[in-house]
Amino acid sequence: MIEKLFGLLLCNFAKLLTGVRPLWQNCEPEAKLRVYFANHRSHGDFVLIWAALPAVLRRQTRPVAGADYWLDSRFKTWLINKVFHAVLVDRRPGRDGPDPVEQMAAALQAGNSLILFPEGTRNLDEALLPFKSGIFHLAQAMPSVEFVPVWIENLGRVMPKGAIVPVPLLCTLTFGAPLTLTPGEAKAEFLARARHALLDLAPPAN
Amino acid sequence: MSPDHTLFNVFAAVFAALAVASGIAAGLKWRLAAGASSVVIDNLNARINAWWWMVGVLAVAFWIGEGGIIVLFGLISFQALREYISLTHTRRGDHHALMWCFFFFLPAQYLLIAIDWYGLFSILIPVYAFLLLPISATLCSDAERFLERAAKVQWGLMICVYCISHVPALLTLEIPGFFGRNAQLIIFLVLTVQSSDVFQYVCGKLFGKRKLAPAISPSKTLEGLVGGLLTSTVLGAALYWLTPFNVWQAALVALTINIVGFFGGFVLSAIKRDRGVKDWGTLIEGHGGMLDRVDSISFSAPIFFHIVRYWWV
Repeated sequence: MIEKLFGLLLCNFAKLLTGVRPLWQNCEPEAKLRVYFANHRSHGDFVLIWAALPAVLRRQTRPVAGADYWLDSRFKTWLINKVFHAVLVDRRPGRDGPDPVEQMAAALQAGNSLILFPEGTRNLDEALLPFKSGIFHLAQAMPSVEFVPVWIENLGRVMPKGAIVPVPLLCTLTFGAPLTLTPGEAKAEFLARARHALLDLAPPAN
Repeated sequence: MSPDHTLFNVFAAVFAALAVASGIAAGLKWRLAAGASSVVIDNLNARINAWWWMVGVLAVAFWIGEGGIIVLFGLISFQALREYISLTHTRRGDHHALMWCFFFFLPAQYLLIAIDWYGLFSILIPVYAFLLLPISATLCSDAERFLERAAKVQWGLMICVYCISHVPALLTLEIPGFFGRNAQLIIFLVLTVQSSDVFQYVCGKLFGKRKLAPAISPSKTLEGLVGGLLTSTVLGAALYWLTPFNVWQAALVALTINIVGFFGGFVLSAIKRDRGVKDWGTLIEGHGGMLDRVDSISFSAPIFFHIVRYWWV
């Protein structure tokens, strides 16, 4: 109960702070099995995507987050598990826990859509880092799932890495045309295609 | 007539004018063949509906009194600055400077109006923000495009906060023989300049042929400009009884602020073109963002303020 209330409060706060406006370009908010993949500049990123989704879709959408960051305090652990129901993955190279791709595939098989940041970490620069290969392996494991690119504009400026107080700028979320793995598509090809689909949604560079 | 009575009558007249406008717009929509739709007429209806809201909010603020007016324009500045910075390129190193803008300089500027400290009001942003914001940005050790970033932040603060704050600052002027009626100056300024925008739009749609400057603002026409300026100058002259001016002075002041206001919209259009957008935002349906609605006010307010302060105080 308190978790739901807190989630709703956080959503409305994010909407109020950023005036977030979802633009659905060649994509409709539908209850399909999807992986929303976005550029990552701020911890608020998935909250904003989450808040911008219609409530029906929000309930069945789970963010994918790094366990190392979220499990280091009791409040963060509660927030990420109970409020966001995140799929927590171990990003360390020498991990001995479960395989992140299997974890994500299991969540999809259970009927949940995912929010994923394929750059793997927050990007402090402009544009986009190269994608990690996890998104490709996930596409291979779940070939029927739609991958929807989501460009998040400005949130990195509202709350950049290291900032404590957010600045109330307006954010826009652009949802692009969904893509799926074509049979026989190689890893490098798919990653480049997904990355370009996301970059195409970005406003013209400065 | 008491000042309260005057304001009541003015708002009643504006609402009546809006009712007429709504009637005409509904008539135009009805005249279209059933099922047909026209972008221009739909936009006209959206604009007029938004005007009902805007005038309504303004009326509530005036009904509350000076505090209401100051807070309303503070919120207008906040939204305008938000739209401006959202479209302007800044870097991580500007975060602190932006925090200062939103959480210190903006509220401080309006607080200074409330406590009637004109000396500091007039220099807070042009001097202190001007010096302190770049200091704050250098402390983040990021020199890339530094001058450009500092200039953009300062410029936004000037247009969206400093200039717009001159509207409620009219309340602080002490004009002999005009005691307790300063809110009417705000009505005069807002009605004249906003009606100029409206009449330019109407004249442009009805008679517009020659494009004024397609590279900056594709919809502005010479016919629209001249027709709009003249009509709203006549309106300004007819509103002389709201002000300490006589008819001719009112006409001259109205013409001046309309010309400056026109260029306000023009300058802000140039920025929008450069950033590749049509509107500053989506807050006001049919109009775009807050900054699309107050661009002309922001340029004309300080000029109007100084004209009144120099010759009538």
